Amino acid sequence: MATVAERTNVWEKEVLLNGCQAVSQGAKLANVDVIAAYPIRPYTEVMDALSKLIADGELDSEYIVADSEHSQFEIVKHASSVGARAFGGSSGTGWMYGFEALVVTATDRLPPLFVVGNRALDDPGAFGVEHNDALSLRDMGWLLAWASTAQEALEHVLIGYRIAEDHRILMPMALAMDGAFLTHSQHMIKVPTQEAADRFLPKFDLGKRVMHPDNPVSIAPQVNEDWVMELRRQNWEAAKRARTIIPEVYKSFNDVFGPRYANPFFDEFMCEDAEVVLVGLGAVKMPAQTAVRRMREQGKKVGYVNLRWFRPFPTEQLRATLGRMKGVGVIDRNFAHGSPDNGGIVVQDIRSALYPLTKRPVVTDFIGGLGGRDMSIADCIRMLEITTDAAAGRQPDELVTWIGLRE
Amino acid sequence: MATLLPVIDYEKIKKVHDAPLEEFYTSGHRTCQGCESAMVMRDFAKASGPRTVVTGATGCMYVANTSYLTTPWIVPWMHTQLGAGGASAVGMAAGLRALMRKGRIKNEKINVINFSGDLGAADMGVSGISGALQSDYDLLIIMYDNESAANTDIQVTGSTTYGAQTTFTPPGSKHRIMHKRWKKNIAAMLAVGHPTCRYVATASATFPALDFMNKTRKALSIGGPTFIHTFDPCPKGWDFHPRYAHELGELGIKSGIFPLYEIIDGQVVYTYDARQKGRIPVREYLEKQGRFAHLIDEDVDYIQGMVDTMWNEWDVPGIAPFKAGLSVAG
Repeated sequence: MATVAERTNVWEKEVLLNGCQAVSQGAKLANVDVIAAYPIRPYTEVMDALSKLIADGELDSEYIVADSEHSQFEIVKHASSVGARAFGGSSGTGWMYGFEALVVTATDRLPPLFVVGNRALDDPGAFGVEHNDALSLRDMGWLLAWASTAQEALEHVLIGYRIAEDHRILMPMALAMDGAFLTHSQHMIKVPTQEAADRFLPKFDLGKRVMHPDNPVSIAPQVNEDWVMELRRQNWEAAKRARTIIPEVYKSFNDVFGPRYANPFFDEFMCEDAEVVLVGLGAVKMPAQTAVRRMREQGKKVGYVNLRWFRPFPTEQLRATLGRMKGVGVIDRNFAHGSPDNGGIVVQDIRSALYPLTKRPVVTDFIGGLGGRDMSIADCIRMLEITTDAAAGRQPDELVTWIGLRE
Repeated sequence: MATLLPVIDYEKIKKVHDAPLEEFYTSGHRTCQGCESAMVMRDFAKASGPRTVVTGATGCMYVANTSYLTTPWIVPWMHTQLGAGGASAVGMAAGLRALMRKGRIKNEKINVINFSGDLGAADMGVSGISGALQSDYDLLIIMYDNESAANTDIQVTGSTTYGAQTTFTPPGSKHRIMHKRWKKNIAAMLAVGHPTCRYVATASATFPALDFMNKTRKALSIGGPTFIHTFDPCPKGWDFHPRYAHELGELGIKSGIFPLYEIIDGQVVYTYDARQKGRIPVREYLEKQGRFAHLIDEDVDYIQGMVDTMWNEWDVPGIAPFKAGLSVAG
C-alpha cells in the first residue's frame, strides 16, 4: 500500500478500533438500511457496535435480532429484494446453519454484504479461526474476499457493496476476517468522512428486479431442466465479469482515497525478484512478512503473496506472479479431508490455476493455524524452508505438511 | 424506529356480488382440480389488492403455481425457502420501512404477505414465524394447510389429522395406523405465545362464504404482525372427488374437528361456534376421504372423543387445551 499522495481531507479521524468495530464503521458509512443480527462469536461484536450506533442516533437502520441464522440471512436477502442495502454476518457453525439462505441469495442475484468472523466448525467447540466456514461459499456464486487488517476490513465494506451492487454483477458479498486475530485485536483505524464514502459508494438501486407494487415481477419460479442451465450460465457470466469490474472499482477507490491498493486481488510482498513465495489469506500476513524479511536478511530470495480475493479467483494475475517462481507454498488455514493429497482448499485452486503453464513452480501445501492456533514467524520460516527445499528437488515425505501440530 | 403508515381503508365484503372483480392471482398456474389452497391464494390476493408484495415458501403452492416463464401473480411475488416464511415477511417489511423513512420510496401502506404450507409453517418455519410475530412490522402470514407435504407426493406433517394415510404413513398388515400424532394446534399456539400479536384467525376459503377474504382484510387493517391458518381439503392428498372440495371443508368445520375463530387483541370470536350450532359426527367428515379408509370404528371413536374433549372440556373450547377451571364461575 503506497502512502504517496495520501489524501488528507477524506479521513474523518484516526481511532483505536478492533476489526469488528472497524466493520461497523464501514456499515455506518455505507448507510445500510436493514441489519439482521444473531449472536455467535467472534463476529458478534460487529452487531454489538452497530446496535450502539443506532441507539445513539449515529446510524439510521432497521435492526432485527432474528430467531436463528437461517432467519437472519433470509431477512437480509428479502430486505435486499425490496431495494434496501442489507447487512448480515456470522461465524463458524452459525454460518453453516443459515447456509441454505446463503445459497439462494446468490442464485436470486441479490447483493447484500455479510461479514464472516472466521471460526472453527464444531464439534468440538472452538472459538478460534479456521477458514472452512467462509470457504464453503466458494462454489455458490458469491463474491468472497479476506481482509488482512482491520483497516482493510472497514474499507472493504464500502468496496464490497460497490462491487456487489454493480448491475453488471449483482452478487452477494462475503467479507471474511480472521476470528480473534482481526475481529478482536485493536489497531489505529482511519475512518473515512461520510462525504468521501458517499462519493465512492452510490445509493443502492436494484433496478428492474425490485419487489415493489409498481414493479410486479415474479422472482424465482420453479424452472427444472427447461431453463436451469441457462440461468446457471448467467450466474457464471456475472462471476466472470466481476474479474474485470473489480479492478475498476479499486481504481475508483484509489481515486477518492489515494493510491491504497496496487493490485485489487492480492498484495505482493518482496515478490519482484523472489524465487520462493508463500501464499496465504488473512492475518497470517503479519508473521509471514516478518519471516520473509528475516530470510531476506540472510540473502534468501523469498516473498509473500497475501491473497485477498478468493471468488472470483484471480487466475490470470496469479499465473503471472506465481508462474515466475520456483516454489510456491500455500498456507491453508482450513482442511479438505479426503481431497487430492489430503491438502487444504486453497492449494487445489492454486495448483489448477498453474497447471496450464508449461513451466510450473513446485507447489507445497501447509495446513496450519487450525482452531485459532497461532502461526508464528518461526512456523512461516519453516514453511519457506520446506518450499525452498522442494523447489530445489528435495521433496518432503508428503506433499502436505501440518505446521504447529503436536506430535 | 416505528413509522406510522397510512392505512388502506378496506370495506367488509357483505355479499358475493360486492367482492372485487379484479383478480391478482389468475391463470398461469397448474394446480389440481378442486384445489382449495389455490382458492386461498386467489382470495387473499383479491382481498388485499394491488398495493401488496407476496412471498411464497416452497410447497405445492410454489411448484404448482409458478413455473418459469408463466406466473399467476399480478402482484409482485417471490419464492422463499421452506422454513423462511416469517423471515421473508420481516425482511421485506423492514426494507420497505427503511426506504420509506429515508425518503427513497413513496411513504404508503404496502401489504406484506407470506404464504407457507403446513410443512413450512407448522413444522420447519415455526421459529421464524414466531420471530415475525414478535416484531412490530405490518405483515400477514397465511398458513395454507392441506395437511401434507403435497408437493412431494403427500407426506405426513405436524398438521396432518391423526390416523391419516400418507406416503410416509401407509397402513400395513402389522400396523393399521402409522400416523399417531395429534394435529398441531398452530394458530392457537402462536396466539398464546405472542400476546402483542393483535390478530390470529383460522379460516376456510369457501365456508362461510367471504369469511376468509374478510379475515384477510381485517388482519391487514389491524396491522402489526398477523397470522391466518386456512383449512384446505386436497383432492389428491385426501383422496376424494374434486367436485366435493368445498363441501368437505364445510363438513370438517361443522364436525368441529377444525375450529373456526378469530383472536383479536386477545378476544376470542368464534366464526362457527360448534357449541351453539351443534356438531355433526366426525365420521361424516372422515368417511368421505380415502386417506381414512383403513380406520375401524375404534379409531373413529378415538378421534370423536378427542374432538368432544376439545369442545366440552377445554377452558377455551376448540382453541386452548388448558383445564385450569377458569371458565367455571367463582
